[in-house]
Amino acid sequence: MKKTKVKIHSKISVPTAKKPRIIIMSGYGLNCEEETKFAFEWAGTKKNVLADIVHINDLIKKPKILSTYDILVFPGGFSYGDDTGSGKAYANKFKNHLSKELGEFLSRDTLAIGICNGFQIMTNLGILPGGLTYNKNGKYIDRWVDLEIVSSPRHDETSSPWLKGIKAISLPIAHGEGNYVINEKNYKNLKKNNQVAFTYVKGEITKFQNLDYNPNGSDFCIAGVLAYNGRVLGMMPHPERAMFAHQSPLWQINKNKQKEGAGLQIFKNAINYFKKNTET
Amino acid sequence: MISRIYVTPKGKVNFINSYLISHKLGNEKISKIAEALTNSILEDFSINKFPSVKGFTYAIEIGFKPGVTDNVGHTVKETITDLLHLKNNSDLAVYTSKIFLIYDHVNEDKVKEIAFSLHNPLIERSYIASFKEIKKKNGFPLKVPEVIFKKTIPVIKVPLSKMTDEELEQIGKMGIMENNGLHRGPLALDLSSMKVIKEHFKKLKREPTDIEIESLAQTWSEHCKHTIFANPIDDIKDGLYKTYIKGATNLIRKNKKKKDFCVSVFNDNSGGIVFDKNYLITHKVETHNSPSALDPFGGAITGIVGVNRDTIGFGLGAKPVANVYGFCFGNPYDTRPLFRDKDLKNKMLLPKRIMEGVIKGINVGGNCSGIPTLSGFVHYDDRYRGKPLVFAGTVGIIPRKINGKFSHLKKARKGDYVVVVGGRVGADGIHGATFSSVAMDSNSPATAVQIGDPITQKKLSDAIVKEARDMNLYNSITDNGAGGISCSVAEMAKECGGVKVYLEKVPLKYPGLRPWEIWISESQERMTLAVPKGKWEVFHKLMESRGVEAFVIGEFTNSGKAVVQWKGKTIMDIDMEFLHNGLPKHMLTTAPVVYKNTEPILKIQKSYTEILEKLLGNKNINGFSFISEQYDHEVQGSSVLKPLSGAGRINTDAQVFSPVLNSNKGVVLASSVYPSYGDISTYHMAACAIDTAIRNIISAGGTLSELAILDNFCWCSSYDQKRLKQLVGAVKACYDYAIGYGTPFISGKDSMFNDFKGYDEKGNFVAISIPPTLLISAISIMPNISKTVSPEFKNSGDVIYLLGETYDELGGGEYFKMLNFIGNNVPKVNLKKNLKTYRVAERLISDELIRSTISVASGGLGIALAKACVGGMIGCKISLEKLVGNAKSTDVKLFSESQGRILVSVAPKNIKQFEKIIKDIPCTKLGKTTKDGKVIVLDEKLARRGGKKMIETTVKKLHGIYHSFSNSMK
Repeated sequence: MKKTKVKIHSKISVPTAKKPRIIIMSGYGLNCEEETKFAFEWAGTKKNVLADIVHINDLIKKPKILSTYDILVFPGGFSYGDDTGSGKAYANKFKNHLSKELGEFLSRDTLAIGICNGFQIMTNLGILPGGLTYNKNGKYIDRWVDLEIVSSPRHDETSSPWLKGIKAISLPIAHGEGNYVINEKNYKNLKKNNQVAFTYVKGEITKFQNLDYNPNGSDFCIAGVLAYNGRVLGMMPHPERAMFAHQSPLWQINKNKQKEGAGLQIFKNAINYFKKNTET
Repeated sequence: MISRIYVTPKGKVNFINSYLISHKLGNEKISKIAEALTNSILEDFSINKFPSVKGFTYAIEIGFKPGVTDNVGHTVKETITDLLHLKNNSDLAVYTSKIFLIYDHVNEDKVKEIAFSLHNPLIERSYIASFKEIKKKNGFPLKVPEVIFKKTIPVIKVPLSKMTDEELEQIGKMGIMENNGLHRGPLALDLSSMKVIKEHFKKLKREPTDIEIESLAQTWSEHCKHTIFANPIDDIKDGLYKTYIKGATNLIRKNKKKKDFCVSVFNDNSGGIVFDKNYLITHKVETHNSPSALDPFGGAITGIVGVNRDTIGFGLGAKPVANVYGFCFGNPYDTRPLFRDKDLKNKMLLPKRIMEGVIKGINVGGNCSGIPTLSGFVHYDDRYRGKPLVFAGTVGIIPRKINGKFSHLKKARKGDYVVVVGGRVGADGIHGATFSSVAMDSNSPATAVQIGDPITQKKLSDAIVKEARDMNLYNSITDNGAGGISCSVAEMAKECGGVKVYLEKVPLKYPGLRPWEIWISESQERMTLAVPKGKWEVFHKLMESRGVEAFVIGEFTNSGKAVVQWKGKTIMDIDMEFLHNGLPKHMLTTAPVVYKNTEPILKIQKSYTEILEKLLGNKNINGFSFISEQYDHEVQGSSVLKPLSGAGRINTDAQVFSPVLNSNKGVVLASSVYPSYGDISTYHMAACAIDTAIRNIISAGGTLSELAILDNFCWCSSYDQKRLKQLVGAVKACYDYAIGYGTPFISGKDSMFNDFKGYDEKGNFVAISIPPTLLISAISIMPNISKTVSPEFKNSGDVIYLLGETYDELGGGEYFKMLNFIGNNVPKVNLKKNLKTYRVAERLISDELIRSTISVASGGLGIALAKACVGGMIGCKISLEKLVGNAKSTDVKLFSESQGRILVSVAPKNIKQFEKIIKDIPCTKLGKTTKDGKVIVLDEKLARRGGKKMIETTVKKLHGIYHSFSNSMK
């Protein structure tokens, strides 16, 4: 049989030993890929990272390229308009064509993150525990929340490379299905394995604006979870929407010249993880 | 074979998702599908068997009527096709519905009532089944709601030549007559237009076909040709648009010389201005009133998703970066039933239902598209009860040059393929353009309603503006809006001088549509492109790989004719010249309007605390966080000044965002509308709308020299000479003040027939017309987003100043309306003084001398003060004694809506510099912000007469009042 060369339109960077390469999924209504790419490139001061936005259909055409990446990102958005349940249809498509490649990717020393719709996709893929359903008030909501990073009992630090050095952080949420669901038994396991990444808490901003600290009614106030020894992170809040200082509701009362926002650290952590690996 | 999959949430079940599938797959595959549609952590499924839920009395199934867009069904079909790797899915159809469970013991009538509250009979079907019935039948029936058309003759000739004027008039009004004697629905062509058509075809010695007449009706409709703004009126020979709107812009651009920042205005889907040396910013605001009255959700979502295409259709394709909205509703507490027909069968939706549907439509349309819905307003007036106003706008960004060519220029060339991308064509949205050009009554066609599919469009949008555009794969692009391809193709054909379309190549949602229906259908999510033959293959492959359908439906020519064929037979052959310019001119005339309003006698109150609190509680002044917080305004990571600001989360009057993440430049958005001023003078109504929109922009940090405005005229019974007089007044003000401020119009739209004719529950005739409404939207470029100033007070101990003068101008304002008066002293705009004030404000902000700025508008100084306090959750103590202007009574000082005023707070350390800069403009030092949380207003003059504290309340109390309406709507 004659082998014809598959042509894809997504721009794919050329792998190099030094720089961590990031694949940011797009297509079918995902919509935060551009600002998420910007956040990674800014965090890595551009020249130190290679971030590609890749349409799922292109990855399906060339599944092998996944093995050349270090960080897999499912960005926020509205894949398939949340039809049949948020993240479900996109996850189904991914499973139908890319299960093997995903397994291989996660078996390497890689990182993966799902933000908002990306988190919903990851739970539907079964690579993160629990599920996400309608907010308790049934309405889509866009506002800021305060998060506390859950540290593992042994060393008072989180077990996740994504969250290194962060104890508390305030980020915006924007979702209709961010209500995290998990039963008592599985929750115990999560705790045991340090798989709870963040919980919603009454903090700086919810006090400032006097808002309910768990806006979607998530079980055990869970806002994000971990898997694969903390290498895989799923979170409803949007760190890329807090990469600039001016994005915070508090910016107007304590304007300072600093440009960076708290959210950027999460992206820096991911890149530093690979810096270390190449150093050692 | 037909199967039904029930997917049921775990825990207490209030609703069940139902997927009715007609297929040839077999049980094994169906259970595989069921698993894919179920998240086992959250849901369970059952096939052809009603879930074992106990304790409910009735179940109500709500699904779509045949042919109505079923987005979820579309997604499920894709999922199945992908899951089973089907090569061909033509014999697969999915119909989704939601089954709501009632647990209370209620009677049949009550259930019917609930069912009605759950759906809109115009587009949805409901099926009620009792617990017993379901148990007996083991579930809901396996019957699919597919579209079946009666066989009809595809094309008919219309014997115009034999018709009397009466017959011509009837066709123009009610539409072409079918063989069964029924009319097709409004052409909205008046007698003189019908006569011109008759004469034209007489010369050609033949009768026109139905598609030719339908096509002319679309292209000539008020909606497309804006005849009221185009025709001569009184002594204005060139018409209102050319003389005053375009006229103003042309003059301003000339005066600005090198500083002219307009690039593409009025001649494209959106208006385009310079952002920086690399990018253009585009803006366009549309209205979608008539559809929203019939189906609020569908009307609003097609409104916002539709105006997104005006961005994608700008130049070679701009990327949407912000959505804006504006709603004018009737009183949500009004429950009087109204009917469209005399036999009281066709019931109007109530204002609250319309409001909820419209809000949700913008929610789904904006949120699903990944475009921040940043800026908006909501206004209430009983006169919007018959027809709500739904404004939807989109700001876009595009590189100034793409592949070395200016991106705002485009031209279809002879030989290019006519390509349609996006959604397929159905019977939805037929006669939309013509229907929105007439008053709403029982003849309003249901097919005029469509439901948008934001995801289909998102795929299309990304594939075009993020890939195909920069690969230089097409020569021209435009939106398919009103009139569908009949308008978009004919418009684009102007660029090369002709077109030939093979209509049978247009992809359909379902078989049976007739050529004329395919030609004018307004099915959503479609764009028309001119693709060079040599690039078609690459273009088509790209679209395919992005899950976007693209079809060649014809070829552009230079024949000077618009030709349409159906299966090899020519069914339309019209000269481009006649199609676009054949419409006869009408001479419009106006008649004077006399306003006589009684002036209330205001007696001096001992305290104004309660009055202020009552006014703040007014829904036209109250916050609307219940809307703002359900719209994603932070996607794209660009938001700077958001819809809600400060500890007290007040709604901002202007919003700022930075569309280019690595640039400090920002875009400022604001809008203004003063319908009730029009009850006194439409001239001043327009002037104040312009002044307020500009003032809102300046207050946030925008720049006057790079500020452009957009006009949206929503008028009523526009053939009434008095209404036309009011229109002329408003338009003249637009000219005077746009030129005065040097702020050009870059885009505009009008909707001239917002009237309702129907009946009350007793069958008495009821006519409701909206108040003449002019929405002014403003957009400005700001050099540095870090200078952005928000409206709320920041620190206690800051000094509060009022820039501008206060006059006795309570007329048409919120305070008088609260007292059930209109009055006569409508606010007037003092150009010279305000210009000075705004320039000073600009300087103060760029020198970073002010902590907060709030534009004084509806409700006057009292309300601005209350909002600034609530926003910062900070108190204040001020005195009104030395207020600059001619205000004497406390009512006037507190509630007059005099224009050109900005309330600011200044940190003590900046006072010296601040006062130096403001010395040449009218300004009043009012007092200080306080940390005790008390809001105290003194008026010494009156204090001597025992008035003492005019206002004494707390910011906590005001906060509760400010959010009371919004909270009651959650």
